[in-house]
Amino acid sequence: MKRDIVIIGGGPAGLAAAVAAYDAGCKNVLVVERESEVGGVLKQCIHNGFGLTRFKENLTGPEYAHKFIEEAEKRGIEMLKDTFVTELTADKKVTCMNQSGIFTVEAKAVILAMGCRERSKGALNIAGTRPAGLFSAGTAQKYVNVKGMLPGKRVVILGSGDIGLIMARRLTLEGAKVLCVSEIMPYSSGLRRNIAQCLNDFGIPLYLEHTVAEIEGEGRVSGVTLVKVDENKRPIAGTEKHFDCDTVLFSVGLIPENELTERAGVALDPRTKGAVVDGDRQTQTEGVFACGNVLHVHDLVDFVSEEAEIAGRAAAEYALQGGRAHAYISAENGENVTYVLPQRVDKNKNAPQKLFFRVRKAFRNAVVTVDTGARRKTVKKIAVAPGEMESVALSAEEIGGAEYVKIAVTGGDR
Amino acid sequence: MELVCIECPRGCLLSAEKTEGGVSVSGNFCPKGRAYAEAEITEPRRVLTSTIRAAGAMVPVRTDRPVKKSMIFALMKKIRAARLTHAVAIGDTIMENIDGEGANVVASASYGGEPCSI
Repeated sequence: MKRDIVIIGGGPAGLAAAVAAYDAGCKNVLVVERESEVGGVLKQCIHNGFGLTRFKENLTGPEYAHKFIEEAEKRGIEMLKDTFVTELTADKKVTCMNQSGIFTVEAKAVILAMGCRERSKGALNIAGTRPAGLFSAGTAQKYVNVKGMLPGKRVVILGSGDIGLIMARRLTLEGAKVLCVSEIMPYSSGLRRNIAQCLNDFGIPLYLEHTVAEIEGEGRVSGVTLVKVDENKRPIAGTEKHFDCDTVLFSVGLIPENELTERAGVALDPRTKGAVVDGDRQTQTEGVFACGNVLHVHDLVDFVSEEAEIAGRAAAEYALQGGRAHAYISAENGENVTYVLPQRVDKNKNAPQKLFFRVRKAFRNAVVTVDTGARRKTVKKIAVAPGEMESVALSAEEIGGAEYVKIAVTGGDR
Repeated sequence: MELVCIECPRGCLLSAEKTEGGVSVSGNFCPKGRAYAEAEITEPRRVLTSTIRAAGAMVPVRTDRPVKKSMIFALMKKIRAARLTHAVAIGDTIMENIDGEGANVVASASYGGEPCSI
């Protein structure tokens, strides 16, 4: 089997990339999806707040997904569901498995759109027994919203990521008692609006600078002890708080799902845990592109769609016209910046470029400095926070004259 | 009153006070923030999202407009008791005038009437 473009993953990134590639003239596109329906995690995100940037509408997850599914179906884009990709090679052979067997698709270009998965409790090193009743927030979300089952009655949520906050509200609405949300950092990693509408609306306390001392229970969780931590994240004795509960949710971050990428020999960036890409979202393996949460974890699906369209258009160009010669300079993170994406900027592209970055800590009245070797420019931002991706735009001329790009954030009040 | 605007991910920090002429609002980046703060001071409202049980599936639903925050648990009770027995398309009304003020519960996804994974 041969296709111009194979897209691995039919979530928001894969769907937007497929539509963009098609509209850029590449009609021979295949989307491979491991679940029985496309739409990815949006299927279980029944809350609203999606699409404000892109559609100027306040959509629920399924509604946002529907817009892209409709566009893909209108174009007759081929989508293989219930199909799992077992292997990808650097020469763009995609091995798939489904009920009809194992087969390989040879592609001119591949777009990685596998998304991310939740960091598990196992990655956290928590003392105590291993009773039932511990769920990642996304698993609990699937139980409630897709399967119609309540995972428990008295719930403690560890980590204040957005999914945890959303689930605090959702479980409360479904009749569970959410006792608290505990966060080890002095600030929440979730959006401010979610603290307001998911916790404050329902009087659910948020304990900042708290961690888990112990999870108790034989068979099923029976309680959790939280403890306050000092500035070095060490527990402060005597500050323990105990909660009787039957369920503990973990909302402790997302990790790009890059096993296929890694085995294909595509270079990864330890900062983003996704591939190293250029402005076209092309990886260092020619003809392999990446977009969405498999590339770096996004806060908003609107930006996933935007990024996927860049990858889709570029993959179409690659599949139809072949590769171009590049003249790369590197984009680096300076002071108070954890990563910059893309990591490589192509001067030959001769086009303006938006660079995305994340800050290490929150600042008010921040000054973003973009150093290109040849010149320096500064951009002011009212407020920046680690949970919210920022961007700066560089013109074609600025990139043309650059030796490198380095982004730093300074000044302002902490 | 200090508020966090929930209208968009920007999450503006608002300050709202009742005045003789109405409500004075500051800190908002856009008009939505003003409207939100005014409603928070007078009668807070939220769009309610949930699911309705159907044969072999949960169908995601939402209210088609914000409903009174004080009514949310009463409305949840009605939504939890409802059963969907027929096919619906995305946007179709499933429960009419659920709050007595004209808000309908509409489907956020299509449901074929058959068991499906959504």
